[in-house]
Amino acid sequence: MTRSATHIHAAGYSLNLVGLLGFLIVVVWAMVAITAPWITPYPIGEIVDFDYFGPISDKFWLGTDYLGRDILSRILMGARYTVGISLVAVTLSCSLGVTLGMTAAVVGGWLDTILSRLLDALNSIPSKLFGLVVVAGVGSSIPVLILTLGVIYTPGAFRFARALAVNINTMDFVTVARARGEGTFFLIRSEVLPNIIGPVLADLGLRFVFTVLLLSGLSFLGLGVQPPDADWGALVRENIGGLPFGAPAVIFPSVAIASLTIGVNLLIDNLPQKIRDRSN
Amino acid sequence: MANLVEIRDLKVEATSDAGRVIEIIHGVSLDVAEGEIVALIGESGSGKTTIALSLMGYARTGCRISGGRVMFAGRDMTQLSEREKAAIRGTDVSYVPQSAAAAFNPAQTIMDQVIEITRIHDLMPRPEAERRALELFRALNLPNPGTIGRRYPHQVSGGQLQRLSAAMALIADPKLVIFDEPTTALDVTTQIEVLRAFKSVMKKGGMAGIYVSHDLAVVAQIADRIVVLKGGEILEVGTTQQVLDAPRHPYTRELLSAFEPKHYASPARPEMTARKPPLLDVLGITAGYGPVQADGLPLMRALKSVSFRLEEGRNLGVIGESGCGKSTLARVIAGILPQAKGDIIFDGRQMARSAAGRQKEELRKLQMVFQFADTALNPAKSIEDILARPLAFYHGMNRRQREARVCDLLDMVRLPRTVRHRRAAELSGGQKQRVNLARALAAEPRLILCDEITSALDTVVAAAILDLLKELQRELGLSYMFISHDLSTVQAICDEVIVMYNGEKVEEMATGLRQAPTHPYSRLLFSSVPKLDPRWLDSLELDPELVSAFARR
Repeated sequence: MTRSATHIHAAGYSLNLVGLLGFLIVVVWAMVAITAPWITPYPIGEIVDFDYFGPISDKFWLGTDYLGRDILSRILMGARYTVGISLVAVTLSCSLGVTLGMTAAVVGGWLDTILSRLLDALNSIPSKLFGLVVVAGVGSSIPVLILTLGVIYTPGAFRFARALAVNINTMDFVTVARARGEGTFFLIRSEVLPNIIGPVLADLGLRFVFTVLLLSGLSFLGLGVQPPDADWGALVRENIGGLPFGAPAVIFPSVAIASLTIGVNLLIDNLPQKIRDRSN
Repeated sequence: MANLVEIRDLKVEATSDAGRVIEIIHGVSLDVAEGEIVALIGESGSGKTTIALSLMGYARTGCRISGGRVMFAGRDMTQLSEREKAAIRGTDVSYVPQSAAAAFNPAQTIMDQVIEITRIHDLMPRPEAERRALELFRALNLPNPGTIGRRYPHQVSGGQLQRLSAAMALIADPKLVIFDEPTTALDVTTQIEVLRAFKSVMKKGGMAGIYVSHDLAVVAQIADRIVVLKGGEILEVGTTQQVLDAPRHPYTRELLSAFEPKHYASPARPEMTARKPPLLDVLGITAGYGPVQADGLPLMRALKSVSFRLEEGRNLGVIGESGCGKSTLARVIAGILPQAKGDIIFDGRQMARSAAGRQKEELRKLQMVFQFADTALNPAKSIEDILARPLAFYHGMNRRQREARVCDLLDMVRLPRTVRHRRAAELSGGQKQRVNLARALAAEPRLILCDEITSALDTVVAAAILDLLKELQRELGLSYMFISHDLSTVQAICDEVIVMYNGEKVEEMATGLRQAPTHPYSRLLFSSVPKLDPRWLDSLELDPELVSAFARR
């Protein structure tokens, strides 16, 4: 192959270098989220420095926050909340939205009309406002956050998947399957889904990024993860006072958010391609 | 005297998506004299349009003229700058595209577009251009020449639009006109009018023409010489009479024999005493689209009370022009479009209106094959998965049985077993249609509905598919309902034919009996099919009343 220089082949899949970079960033953050309690150098709630907004030093690799707590430890633990909550929420919203979207497109008729109007109505509520109202009303806990974020991003996923599936639905091969007597579940899983999976995954990546940003936003407003625990958004908010001093305590949580969102985008735009053997 | 066009050793390269360079025209040389019409004929992918476009110094996106000379009126089109080429295009060489509907801008009036060339090249003042356009409208036999220019493209029919695109090409009095399959998308009755108009205008103006087509019979009517192409090479050049009567190259002979497919039909009805109840009995079907009216019928009725019956082991052809309701008929029978009125009795059982209400066993016995092989195969699945699904669905086979059966099916449709790992995009048009057929066969049906299954294929490939259908019928005892607009295809395989016009069945007859059609529309339709005789168009006399009554010009 002529393009193998920029491609890595492994386990029957081909991945280009940019995709690999994104993949590595995502894997590193995922590993951090899993192993955080064992790799943090200091307990996250403990004040370990007499100075506040301390600089980068041998003892504190990323400096200290507004109370003198170790920022590295807090970012490592924060990954758990940011990556975990966002991942579960985005999986929820995409699987719900895509399933409903494909069903609406394939079944059509009144089911399509009802679903579309219902989710359009939900879509018309601004996402931050919706999050604020729910969290302020019910109180903040991790399940509430996950459900709220999931619900907020369902209409978008629904619209996206429905628009793609409507096009596929008019193709003759779907008609063939219908005339064969196949049920709705087979139609959406086997005929429609494989043909829209690429754009849907790209959309999932984008939606993950939105979720991370919205979660960070909610935490920044004080409605997300509650102290002394903190996700990355909350870390930015806590330490916003250090911004005039250029404190690493406010820079590094922002860098963490940026690296994760960019990493996910790079991976999604360059998903591994399955190598198919056509020789035999 | 030097020829108007002299192409010498033309080579065109294309760059594929993977960056590989493929030569698609391998050193073609041909001449066109002043006032001569030369036809380029060949299957899809043979390079006929690419060669025609090179006469304008143009290569499609991704293609490049890599060698040779294209001399037009003494100038080498490959050496000219883009500005010089633009000056020649439209004025000295002009182009009539395959799809006139796609070539017109829906937002401008027809007149504006027809005289656009004179405006761009600043050839004549507008009133003079409009006067010339009017002359051309008359010469091309367009109805209401005085007012047609004020209409928009969607307000005229396909045949008229095709003639208008010829007017657009002829307005600047070019030396050479390139026709790129201009009648392929038209119905046969419309095609005659368009061909006649082209021919008379070209002869009167003494213009040279390049006529690109895959249809030998159409080409025979209009061309002086025929160039047979295959795989980017010239196989044979000769005068029309010579190519038709004494083809030298085996491929040309194959093309000619494919034009007259072998006749398999056995029109004689079986003994009346031995008749079993029919396999398919269609009783007074009315169906259509749009909102349901007060009388319980849909607004747009595509089928109006159509009835017919089909005996076991026999084949029924359904012919008619586009929009006559023949495809709707197949969709109703297959349960894709529920009928508003009427009954379908298949294999002794009344069928539910929609496929969802039919039993699995009923669905299994009646399979449908679609016109466009590419859209009927799921591009995300391998051929094996596509063929294995009906096996699991209807017959409940396990994995090992399925694998063996898929190989059997591929053998049956004469495809190598290795294609089962491929996807639809990696097969040719004819191979895809074979896979479609194999999927229908996987159900072990009694009746297969074939909706224009050979229309999108090249003549030679289509003839092979017909052979295959007949062979399968002999082995498996199938029946076919064969829908087509192509009379010769239907005559080749069907024992009986029904002719449809405007949603109604106008005639039912046995093929091959040399029995003349009785309904005036069928007479018009049958006489409109081009024959391989070059004198056919000139000698053809159609009853003008018949034409005005039925042909949608």
